[in-house]
Amino acid sequence: MIEIQNVHKSFGDLEVVKGVTMNVNKGEVVSIIGGSGSGKSTLLMCINGLETIQRGSIRVDGIEVHAKGTNLDKLRRRIGIVFQQWNAFAHLTVLENVMLAPRLVLKLSRSEAEAVAVKQLKHVGLGDKLKVYPGRLSGGQQQRMAIARALAMSPDYMLFDEATSALDPQLVGEVLDTMRLLAEEGMTMILVTHEIKFAKEVSDRVAFFHKGVIHEIGSPDQVIGNPQKPETVQFLKSVL
Amino acid sequence: MFDFKYRFQWRQVINNLPAMLDGAWITFYTALLSMVIGIVIALTLLSMRRSNNVALRSVAIGWVSVARNTPALLQIYFLYFGLGAFGATISSWAALLAGITFNNAGYLTENFRGGLRAVPETQTRAARSLGMTSFQAYTRVVIPQLLRIVFYPITNQMIWALLMTSLGVVVGLNNDLMGATKALTDLSYRTFEYFAVAAIIYYVLAKLTFGVARLAGWKLFSY
Ligand SMILES: Nc1ncnc2c1ncn2[C@@H]1O[C@H](COP(=O)(O)OP(=O)(O)OP(=O)(O)O)[C@@H](O)[C@H]1O
Ligand SMILES: [Mg+2]
Repeated sequence: MIEIQNVHKSFGDLEVVKGVTMNVNKGEVVSIIGGSGSGKSTLLMCINGLETIQRGSIRVDGIEVHAKGTNLDKLRRRIGIVFQQWNAFAHLTVLENVMLAPRLVLKLSRSEAEAVAVKQLKHVGLGDKLKVYPGRLSGGQQQRMAIARALAMSPDYMLFDEATSALDPQLVGEVLDTMRLLAEEGMTMILVTHEIKFAKEVSDRVAFFHKGVIHEIGSPDQVIGNPQKPETVQFLKSVL
Repeated sequence: MFDFKYRFQWRQVINNLPAMLDGAWITFYTALLSMVIGIVIALTLLSMRRSNNVALRSVAIGWVSVARNTPALLQIYFLYFGLGAFGATISSWAALLAGITFNNAGYLTENFRGGLRAVPETQTRAARSLGMTSFQAYTRVVIPQLLRIVFYPITNQMIWALLMTSLGVVVGLNNDLMGATKALTDLSYRTFEYFAVAAIIYYVLAKLTFGVARLAGWKLFSY
């Protein structure tokens, strides 16, 4: 379970997250929607400790992420994150990309890591691209590789930060399909997304972010189907 | 009238070619060694430069600054005689190696710093988010990609190192290509012939190194 309690985050004088409280239960899929610059990405980074926070607390399975003694490297194994820019390691083949962290972090043997990587790459439909360098892949394929790379660590949580925003429109579908598959398998996920239809379809809950706070949160039918706040209405109008 | 009496005599030089080629080998591996050590030091200086610790950063900045703004000849000279003054004696070969390595590390640090800008910060982020330590992210994700970007400057530096090993003669080195050549001319006074052949060997060595580096570059960085 991820417990976000009154989190505040600033960059210098600019307060970007202004007191966010939200829980994500095991097996739940929560989507975060909202305008550009509203602090969605920043909040995700705070969850796995890639960014620090100024106030409040974030706990993952009871572990205080931002406490002094917390071993973030260890915590991050359990939280996969997929970015808008897929960040393939260009110097490694698809297979090596996925094997690297299991080898270095989980200390798996070469054959164990390879077995895990092959399994995850097949899972995302890249079983035939193992020996290819990422530079030869389409954006959609690279993004699916990034998903496999995160899954190879057997995370308990997956965070997606606009995983399809940088893709050509015709490649969005294949990545959404992969994410949908994960949701169906019961993965606990937080999705920052501009794909409102997709969010409505896969999410248990949707949170609308506005100016660093959660303006509205509830079931997709409520927040997307029947929004109460004028800001939510206006945002949905602008993206649908 | 200017009476030009010098007569070229090549036979003797040809006879001593094996000694010069032995020297060329020493020249080559000294340069190569100074590069390998220089690259490791440069990568260390680079992360020191980027650290938040003022002392570490100052050492790195100082190193780069001195290496780039003083003559290599004096660096070698000071390492040899300077250390000697403090009671620490090192061989002329060690002084040469240290001097060239000092220089390589300084220049390469600057090259690497530029190259690092072409490796996006998000690569480190992605690596860290998979649970890698910052050291793992640096050595396994950032450095391999950096080396591709700076491969050409590295090759140039290697050739520079190859030629600069000839400075070993100022601290009495007598078995590298320049040192061996110098020793032979001292015995025979066929200075021009020996130096001409030495120049040709340096040239071929430099060209060969460049060619091999290009091939290696293709092989290593074909992604
Ligand atoms: N490293 C940083 N340093 C300074 N300001 C930052 C940094 N990262 C983000 N910001 C600022 O914080 C604010 C929120 O950014 P964030 O990326 O979280 O927004 P977002 O909701 O993800 O937007 P988008 O939909 O465009 O991705 C923006 O004003 C941004 O300029
Ligand atoms: Mg964002």
